[in-house]
Amino acid sequence: MAEFQSYTLNFGPQHPAAHGVLRLILEMEGETITRADPHVGLLHRGTEKLAESKPYNQSIGYMDRLDYMAMMCNEHGYVLAIEKLLGIEPPLRAQYIRVMMDEVTRILNHLLWLGTHGLDVGAMTAFLYTFREREDLIDVYEAVSGARMHAAYYRPGGVYRDLPERMPKYEPTPYRGEKELREMNRAREGSVLDFLDDFCHRFPACIDDYETLLTENRIWKQRLVDVCVVGPERAKALGFTGPMLRGSGVAWDLRKKQPYEVYDRLDFDVPVGTNGDCYDRYLVRMEELRQSTRIINQCVDWLRANPGPVRLDDPKVSPPSREEMKDDMESLIHHFKLFTEGYCTPPGEVYAAVEAPKGEFGAYIVSDGANKPYRLKIRPPCYIHLSAMDEMIRGHMLADVVTLIGSLDVVFGEVDR
Amino acid sequence: MAEPETLKEALQAHFGDRLQHADVAYGEVGVEARPRDLAAVMTELRDAEPFRFDQLMDVIGVDYAAYGQDEWITERATDTGFSRGVGDPSTPRLGLTGIYGVQEITEKTGRRFAAVYLLLSVEHNHRLRVTCFAEDDDLPVIDSVTGIWPAANWPEREAFDLYGIVFDGHPDLRRILTDYGFVGHPFRKDFPLIGNVEPRYDVEKGRVIYGPVEIEPRVLVPRVIRDDNRYKGRPGSTEERADG
Repeated sequence: MAEFQSYTLNFGPQHPAAHGVLRLILEMEGETITRADPHVGLLHRGTEKLAESKPYNQSIGYMDRLDYMAMMCNEHGYVLAIEKLLGIEPPLRAQYIRVMMDEVTRILNHLLWLGTHGLDVGAMTAFLYTFREREDLIDVYEAVSGARMHAAYYRPGGVYRDLPERMPKYEPTPYRGEKELREMNRAREGSVLDFLDDFCHRFPACIDDYETLLTENRIWKQRLVDVCVVGPERAKALGFTGPMLRGSGVAWDLRKKQPYEVYDRLDFDVPVGTNGDCYDRYLVRMEELRQSTRIINQCVDWLRANPGPVRLDDPKVSPPSREEMKDDMESLIHHFKLFTEGYCTPPGEVYAAVEAPKGEFGAYIVSDGANKPYRLKIRPPCYIHLSAMDEMIRGHMLADVVTLIGSLDVVFGEVDR
Repeated sequence: MAEPETLKEALQAHFGDRLQHADVAYGEVGVEARPRDLAAVMTELRDAEPFRFDQLMDVIGVDYAAYGQDEWITERATDTGFSRGVGDPSTPRLGLTGIYGVQEITEKTGRRFAAVYLLLSVEHNHRLRVTCFAEDDDLPVIDSVTGIWPAANWPEREAFDLYGIVFDGHPDLRRILTDYGFVGHPFRKDFPLIGNVEPRYDVEKGRVIYGPVEIEPRVLVPRVIRDDNRYKGRPGSTEERADG
């Protein structure tokens, strides 16, 4: 029999397990990987350069398109940086709405991650289950912002509008009976908050369903346990954040350690792994689903009890209402200036970070006092995680590449920017 | 979180004049290091006790060539017509990539390209921003910190790709985000927003070729710098901040 020789394998960019447009050059020894060279940038759009040519507010929509699985968290990081520059703080209700929507986003992201990770590793069923719940939360996105994905909902000084009183409902079709329709719309009769309340009550059982399918599944464990182990010190050196860092046993969560918005008023736990393998990262994210549900629940209760403004009453950064604008000269001028020129920020440099579902998402802005950022740098968590791939995958088998990509939870809108 | 002022004082006490322009603005500590001190300073920042910056969050390239330039007259009124635009399309302005075009950058300041390092200490829960200006504008070279934090690998490649900052000692300094065979460093201020070339299919040659871009650049919102009264006294400490 001929001896194995080392060879190079091209993986992607059009590979269903590459989660987008990842091209991997794998140097292999038999089925063992000796070096992985990820080629990224196939989705590079120059978001940061584009932001330099636009007033601050016009780039919010671009943030959605970075990590398109955690849309509002990206907006949050960007908007926080602007607020830091301007020295403004949104009203409390807006902060609660942001936190609630961040956690909705976290669940959205983790559900997609879980479904596709399972699909990659060979567990088809979980995917079908997770997308059922994702659909409900995407409807929440639609209700609050009008868009199912690219919300552009956060604004410096608050959010675009208050939570709506109605949820979008399913409509009758020839294929749906009235009874079925009533059942589908059962939770949608009230406001968004009612819907989320109902969701928080039924979602833990759904997580149990996913866990029944996976957590003790021996194929799942064979594929994940002890694959791509990273120790806590190494994880810090490699720049890991979020579930990747916590999976390695470092109790670090920006929501706890450097709380922004109202996270310090909320009660939740931070799950931490012990082994730093793919399975621990899976467990950490599963627990985060439960904790996010807890946070949403608390936010729903607070938001129901405390109506109020959701945007800062400062016409220099947030536009006046339509009625004011038509009645009042000053408001008309403010409106006109805001939408033709935007607002100028004071000169300086700021960095604001949020705990996005994938890790620390940060926005670094250099301002020279203009109405556009002089330089905007996005700190994408996936980009740094993916850069550690070479080190993590060495000595593993080809099949583990797919496990690792799933476990890294990469999204190329964000890696390539 | 540790107080920024305390961290700033600790930094000044420990490093002396090896770190300059230490300041606290917007609740963040920023310092500047000279390129020749960078490697030693960074190693100490990682290991020395009051700091222990065990994580490097990001390495950011910045091109300061067009800093503070605007396209709109805000101070004086004009008596000829209504436009407040600075110049016209025939007077290209540095770094502004719209209708005003792109001017060649000839001035050598030694403070054009900077690498900004965002450090985080998980142990002590504080952050620091270290800026390092490359001394040569034509060939900006800064020491690589990949040996100190392996996380610097891709961010340095990115800064090289987008700004042409060369990181000395980087193990694998290749382009990362731009296309295979890309020419130029797209995030530099003298690189036009619309790019220089675009691909199209050539029927005669039967393959995709690159030609000059055909679209017209335009500015929808001019770049305006206003000397806003509310921001008097900034950048500075948070106490100086006037109410918005």
